[in-house]
Amino acid sequence: MAGVCTRVTRNLNMEKLRNGYLFPEIAMRELEHMKKYPTAKVISLGIGDTTEPIPDVVTSSMANHARRLSTVEGYRGYGAEQGNKALRKAIAETLYGDLPIKDTEIFVSDGSQCDISRLQLLLGSNVTIAVQDPTFPAYIDSSVIIGQTGDFQDETGKYQNIEYMPCRPQNNFFPDLTTTATTDVIFICSPNNPTGHAASRKQLEQLVEFARANGSIIIFDSAYAAYVTDDSPRSIFEIPGAREVAIEISSFSKFAGFTGVRLGWTVVPDELLFSNGFPVIKDFNRIVCTCFNGASSVAQAGGLACLSSDGLMAVQSVVDYYKENAKILGDTFTSLGLDVYGGINAPYAWVHFPGMKSWDVFTELLEKTHIITVPGCGFGPGGEEHIRVSAFGHRECILEASRRLKSLLS
Amino acid sequence: MYSLMSSSPSISSSSSSFLGQTHFDSRNPNARLPTKDSWICKCVATPPTETTAHTTKVSRNANMAKLQAGYLFPEIARRRSAHMLKYPDGQVISLGIGDTTEPIPEVITFGMAKKAHALSTLEGYSGYGAEQGEKQLRAAIASTYYGDLSLEESDIFVSDGAKSDISRLQVMFGSNVTMAVQDPSYPAYVDSSVILGQTGQFQKDVEKYRKIEYMKCNPENGFFPDLSTVSRTDIIFFCSPNNPTGNAATREQLTRLVQFAKDNGSILVYDSAYAMYISDDSPRSIFEIPGAKEVAIEVSSFSKYAGFTGVRLGWTVVPKELLYSDGFPVAKDFNRIVCTTFNGASNISQAGGLACLSPEGLEAMHKVVGFYQENTNIIMETFTSLGFSVYGGKNAPYVWVHFPGQSSWDVFSEILEKTHVVTTPGSGFGPAGDGFIRVSAFGHRGNVLEACKRFKQLYK
Repeated sequence: MAGVCTRVTRNLNMEKLRNGYLFPEIAMRELEHMKKYPTAKVISLGIGDTTEPIPDVVTSSMANHARRLSTVEGYRGYGAEQGNKALRKAIAETLYGDLPIKDTEIFVSDGSQCDISRLQLLLGSNVTIAVQDPTFPAYIDSSVIIGQTGDFQDETGKYQNIEYMPCRPQNNFFPDLTTTATTDVIFICSPNNPTGHAASRKQLEQLVEFARANGSIIIFDSAYAAYVTDDSPRSIFEIPGAREVAIEISSFSKFAGFTGVRLGWTVVPDELLFSNGFPVIKDFNRIVCTCFNGASSVAQAGGLACLSSDGLMAVQSVVDYYKENAKILGDTFTSLGLDVYGGINAPYAWVHFPGMKSWDVFTELLEKTHIITVPGCGFGPGGEEHIRVSAFGHRECILEASRRLKSLLS
Repeated sequence: MYSLMSSSPSISSSSSSFLGQTHFDSRNPNARLPTKDSWICKCVATPPTETTAHTTKVSRNANMAKLQAGYLFPEIARRRSAHMLKYPDGQVISLGIGDTTEPIPEVITFGMAKKAHALSTLEGYSGYGAEQGEKQLRAAIASTYYGDLSLEESDIFVSDGAKSDISRLQVMFGSNVTMAVQDPSYPAYVDSSVILGQTGQFQKDVEKYRKIEYMKCNPENGFFPDLSTVSRTDIIFFCSPNNPTGNAATREQLTRLVQFAKDNGSILVYDSAYAMYISDDSPRSIFEIPGAKEVAIEVSSFSKYAGFTGVRLGWTVVPKELLYSDGFPVAKDFNRIVCTTFNGASNISQAGGLACLSPEGLEAMHKVVGFYQENTNIIMETFTSLGFSVYGGKNAPYVWVHFPGQSSWDVFSEILEKTHVVTTPGSGFGPAGDGFIRVSAFGHRGNVLEACKRFKQLYK
């Protein structure tokens, strides 16, 4: 027996969580595989981790900011919890263009994963959520932790009290809102992780209308907006009426390779009100001031550089590089006769292996080609029979992965 | 009814335009149409009382509604800004918010700049880091601060600072735990507890939230709670050296605290953010106390050691031996929280942290801490010489000055008005803080000396 227990009861919500969070699970499997095959050249197309260097114009700015912190004139202590004013303005002007988003509606953060939880903290345990199925796991896991859900049901692979909105090829990867129950909050990610689908303007108009009619709040995750190739909306605020029903979260992670640097933002419009008329932005501001102390000033300096005209061009070319990777992978699977989705507006290919369990496909791919992917069921029961292949990687790795896949699957 | 914060947006002709706040609700025949030739619908029914603005049907989180006003330090900042507008030539000196002012030693910023540049290279680029922090940094923290306390790299969770960690710990604990705090205390413990739903309503007469156990710390009890009068709670927040009183608990006191926690089966959340400011032999870590590993979590930060208030870096220690009532290790749940609600501290900040813990970095941090300690001495001497009862200062960068019988917000305002020096009113930290002012020792030497000169003029 290890030792003395305290008399503090473990948080029941933590008990509800299944296994570990998906991505550390994948990382563990990767490590195990590498131990088993120490000479194998494992290619990771699993966790969506950026691989290409950050453009110089951005890192120089961060390095300069860091150096200036050693000078009397350049030293800065605590920043505003909501973010550096210049950065907030730059995000509003550069990324939201002629949409009437004010800098005061933008809250700079250390990334979407943290923002999702801070939003859950804001909303509290007495709200219900709807998520796409499949979906990025953090919306569900944070909901469980905060106490919005019931227990996990093994038979269905779902938590009680969450509304799962199936997104399949048959419904064009967008929820059938006519069969979706009303919830307080609706999480939508577009372009979507993991399916890669970017919702059309029409689909988002329907979503906004649905939210308005039901009095719901949409939390719109636009982390992959930079990957949109066609004229799919890049922001929920392109849709009329969205300001009164939606919050948008986004990130520099996949846009600028900031997965380790940590920078993102959340937009909470002034018009978004709770049922008693209280502005959501006031409460979010309080959360940010109490539970957070601002994103790193060095990361914010980098963010500002990303939004300069040179910076934008530079980071966009890295995005284009990954988009080309996505195309190569998509074409590879297509040439093998598999149904592939996504890949056009997102750095993910969503590949269908009919009749097969996704963990089995994951394991077989890993065992036989030393390629890490992500089993679709990790994103929800709606992900079964699918594998997510991420397009982040050095070109030669992507090409090598293609070769291996072709020899295994042809 | 709360008014909207902005005026209505202008209607543009771009495809992103929308009618927003002037949306015509077809279900309400009495609404106005937003056209140039606007007309008002005359009707015989009762006039519309509701606004045409859309409200969602999502109930506001009742816990948020319990909070009284804003978080303390933005309030101080607001008062400071208002004062500066009123007295543009006032030369305001800020000894309020505990914000570091001195440049970060070059060995540390060099480490960060180097990492930033490396991110532009193939060999040096790194993406997602481990959510618990970089291995090297965790190991360096363990060996530097917990070397002979048998704590390991795996017990250390690197973060973006203590404030975020406090909330993550609260999220982990959930709403069904009770907590105790020192009174006065750093406001984030109480505020995060309210947000998580652990408390009842705020009682204006006593200035306390129901269900929180407030452990008074005042001159009479040597700023250490009388544990014989403290009710059992699940969680006990304890900060030493203390913000705001500056008091560092003795080994004997902490031994009693650990015993108290053990006897009650409580978890101690020990905030050691100011440990480097200790000048006597008071313990720097709760884990110096035997048995602490089975009852305590320790939270700490690079903010006040390395001037990292803007850079954002801290850590939390959760020993393997700390168990919930069912035997489940707390560290496992904290790990899950960190992996799900967080994505690691910035890799550049972590590179800075590693540089801080190099021999050169440690020496440099000690110098900066020493500088602020000298500021503290100057401030202490000033108030002592003016006949005030002065507390703290010896082991912390805060001086806790007693103004018996006076409202601390009044004293704050008077000092601000008459000397243009910003301090922090003690009641902002809890009801037992009333009658005290916290003077922070972070500042350029010239400003600290000037502030002291002004205090002498005001109170001579």
